[in-house]
Amino acid sequence: MREVSVGEITKVVRDLFIDANINLGEDVLAAFNQALEVEESPIGKEILTELIENARIAKEEEMPICQDTGLAVVFIELGQDVHLVGGDLTEAINKGVRQGYQEGYLRKSTCHCFTRKNTGDNTPAIIHLEVVPGDKIKVIAAPKGGGSENMSRVTMLTPAVGLEGVKDFVLQRVKESGSDPCPPVVVGVGIGGTFEQAALIAKKALLRPIGSRNPDPEIVAIEEDLLGRINNLGIGPQGYGGRVTALAVHVDMIPCHIASLLVAVNIQCHAQRHKEKTI
Amino acid sequence: MAEVKRVTTPLIDEVVEGLRIGDKLLITGVIYTGRDAAHKRLIELIEGGEKLPFEIKGQIIYYVGPSPAKPGQPIGSAGPTTSGRMDAYSPKLIERGLKGMIGKGMRSQEVKDAMVKYKVVYLGATGGAAALIAKSIKKAEVIAYEDLGPEAIRRLEVEDFPVIVINDIYGGDLYQEGEAKYRRQ
Repeated sequence: MREVSVGEITKVVRDLFIDANINLGEDVLAAFNQALEVEESPIGKEILTELIENARIAKEEEMPICQDTGLAVVFIELGQDVHLVGGDLTEAINKGVRQGYQEGYLRKSTCHCFTRKNTGDNTPAIIHLEVVPGDKIKVIAAPKGGGSENMSRVTMLTPAVGLEGVKDFVLQRVKESGSDPCPPVVVGVGIGGTFEQAALIAKKALLRPIGSRNPDPEIVAIEEDLLGRINNLGIGPQGYGGRVTALAVHVDMIPCHIASLLVAVNIQCHAQRHKEKTI
Repeated sequence: MAEVKRVTTPLIDEVVEGLRIGDKLLITGVIYTGRDAAHKRLIELIEGGEKLPFEIKGQIIYYVGPSPAKPGQPIGSAGPTTSGRMDAYSPKLIERGLKGMIGKGMRSQEVKDAMVKYKVVYLGATGGAAALIAKSIKKAEVIAYEDLGPEAIRRLEVEDFPVIVINDIYGGDLYQEGEAKYRRQ
């Protein structure tokens, strides 16, 4: 049994949210450069060039890539041989969010559903905890902006519609979202499971680096077909028309009920922010 | 890419008439910020017959809720938010002289109709290019609704603020035309 103080988690959460909001991932930057090569629209090229320049300025001046620094989504993979000491894990995570958003000059975007009163410190964090083998703790900070989250959906299809029905739903979702989620987007797709699990695996699929290959050839075929068809929609960077509407499609699939065929589509803007650290 | 045009605020009909979808503009002058909560309050003032906190005639509203400024900065990162949420409010502001809106994402038919009728343009700032956009904002001052934090109305002094014309006064729509041009069956 390894003892870890929750104070360490606070510090890691703080640092990861600042890092994720300021420093664009190398995988995303590489995807922008690749998109610039295939984009045919002059305005589309201009937008991609702006995004690359924006990432440079944000990093150099240590300011957020986007003013919407998101809701604070945290994934924790907790080794079962870890004994957490020194306090409450949830409070430790929220403390890290509070510190990160305050000290990092990040926008606080969390509010009451109806009064719209801001909670003031971007808590509560949205925490997903998973217990895994080992004595390490992996912390992933994935700030999620409102514009792209608003375009995400879960639906229950009839099993008879099959894979084509799932693909049609994903395509329709991206098409209807148009320019709102800040394309070029990354599309996370969760197929199967229950209502909440479909959404969760769609979100987790977004954490995979852009350009990484899914180990399952059945899924690879779905991802490649969807990416091709999405990029034929013509929406393009910022929706102004072009070849690159999505940088990647990441799919995860788990078994579902004999009566069901679920699909969740979690749309992610081009900033695709997430950073992780293992303690 | 169409030519780059430089415009100054407040906007006048002669300038707006010369703008077409796809034009890249660099705006210099004063623009005002406002998003969901501020729009709600502006409309309440109009409905109550009260005066707006700034003269809206010829002005541009930018849909943005900036991140906090670091010491020494006029403003933090300041990219556009989704404009569609302001659709319910925009026609009323257009009727009172608003001449331009800056944001991202599609507008409703009602807003587009009002734009044609009153000669108003909808301009796109690049969503997620918030650090780059902030460089063109030289001064920011909260002029109303400080309690709304990032949603307060700010008076911004901008220099060469970069936007692209999405909807012009002739009914053109860059989203529709751009998508149709690059769509493959």
